[in-house]
Amino acid sequence: MIRLENVTRTFPGASRPAVDGLDLDVPGGTTCVVIGPSGCGKTTTMRIVNRLIEPDAGRIIVEGEDVTRSDAVMLRRRIGYVIQQVGLFPHMTIAQNVATVPQLLGWPQERIARRVEEMLSLVGLEPAQFLTRHPRHLSGGQRQRVGVARALAADPPVLLMDEPFGAVDPIVRAGLQAELLGILRRLAKTVIFVTHDIDEAIRMGDLIAIMKDGRLVQCAAPEALLAAPTDSFVADFVGSDRALKRLTLTTAGEAARPANPVAGAPTVAAGTSLRDVLSLLLQSGGDVANVTDAGGTVTLAAIREHAAAPLRRAV
Amino acid sequence: MLRDVVAWLADNPRAFEAAARQHLALSATALAAALAIALPLALALVRWNRFADAAIAAVNVLRTIPSLALLVVTLPLLGTGFLPAVIALTLYGLPAILINTYTALREVDPDIVEAGLGQGMTDRQVMRRVKIPLALPVIFAGIRTAAVQIVSAATLAAFIGGGGLGELITAGMGTLNIPQLMVGGLAVAALAVATELLFALLEWSVRRQVGTATA
Repeated sequence: MIRLENVTRTFPGASRPAVDGLDLDVPGGTTCVVIGPSGCGKTTTMRIVNRLIEPDAGRIIVEGEDVTRSDAVMLRRRIGYVIQQVGLFPHMTIAQNVATVPQLLGWPQERIARRVEEMLSLVGLEPAQFLTRHPRHLSGGQRQRVGVARALAADPPVLLMDEPFGAVDPIVRAGLQAELLGILRRLAKTVIFVTHDIDEAIRMGDLIAIMKDGRLVQCAAPEALLAAPTDSFVADFVGSDRALKRLTLTTAGEAARPANPVAGAPTVAAGTSLRDVLSLLLQSGGDVANVTDAGGTVTLAAIREHAAAPLRRAV
Repeated sequence: MLRDVVAWLADNPRAFEAAARQHLALSATALAAALAIALPLALALVRWNRFADAAIAAVNVLRTIPSLALLVVTLPLLGTGFLPAVIALTLYGLPAILINTYTALREVDPDIVEAGLGQGMTDRQVMRRVKIPLALPVIFAGIRTAAVQIVSAATLAAFIGGGGLGELITAGMGTLNIPQLMVGGLAVAALAVATELLFALLEWSVRRQVGTATA
């Protein structure tokens, strides 16, 4: 877990704090996406957690331990760190890059070698093919994968990711997001993920923390954020299509009701998002779609309910 | 003409060898001293960069002083001979190494430095494992410049009794011994070119190891 308590930081010469009395609680094993317009303090907030930026006031708690005054270098070795520009060491091989933190922790060579191969496989890079290559020989997406492998190498309970997919094109990004989501779920990491892309936030976050002028405006599950934005700033920020965005959070399988397949109606897979089902229905002019796998049908009326319903579960 | 040059060489192998040896000794000592001063100084300036601007400005002034002037100025201060010549040449080679090293260390991509710190490297580890390796090619380029400057300027050491190949030139001028003068001139030129090539090769192999070479 990660908890920030009343954290404030003012940079020299600034008229207002970059981060202003911020409280943020990220339960263990969940991903909290911190989002907001440029200059809102989201990156500063993240860098306060591993103390690349020291707070003027407040407490930082990581895995139950107050680390506000502990040894920053040792703290960082327990926190995986991925930055937008990836920051792979260009003079080192991929293997050496991934081995960075285990090396700093003084693991035996054999264990490091084994771990490096595991990590590369985890992020979908064939070890034999990549171990001895240098970062300059990799594509943007591959570098980003190595960045994630490096952050995970020493198995830190906590990860900080600063726009990790900001530098890759949208198609690669979607693939990387899906894979990262799978990895994070499987490894049960606690993650603070900074982005300025609300769609990415909805996809990646168990919690979304929206910041403005150094303050936390709303922190809630994506579903709650879209259903009940706390003020007009949040409503604007999540976008006027928030009802549609909400539909991306539910799949056809989840929304399907038992019914016999309707002849002539379009058919969708259970994993299709309701937003895509809606689009399909608008295209076909029908008002019902058959759902394979799960069985049953999804109707326009059901979709409307999901988009507008008050929250189904407390968050 | 060429025949006279060869004849002079054949007649005076000892004199040539002594001058060449002296020249190399002067150059190598001065280069080693310049390295020994400039590299730690650059590291110190990167760490305490409050003093960096002033130090770099001072060194840049040093850079604009012509080599002959530098040698001649040491004369009243330090007298004549090998040591004053080495000191002057050291001062002459210092700026290229210091400025290149300082600049290269300062200009390492801040994202890469942040990645190092963020992973839990200490400042010292960032310096040793990240900044220095990435700066090495530019540092070596500075060393190459300094080496060639020193080897060329060492010719002038003869003026303050430092010896070297310049001795052949000054002596040749004094006695209008054109072949001797030519031997000195050609040898200095050849030595400078050889130094340039040697250090270029060194720089290239460093670039290759660091992995920033383009080919």
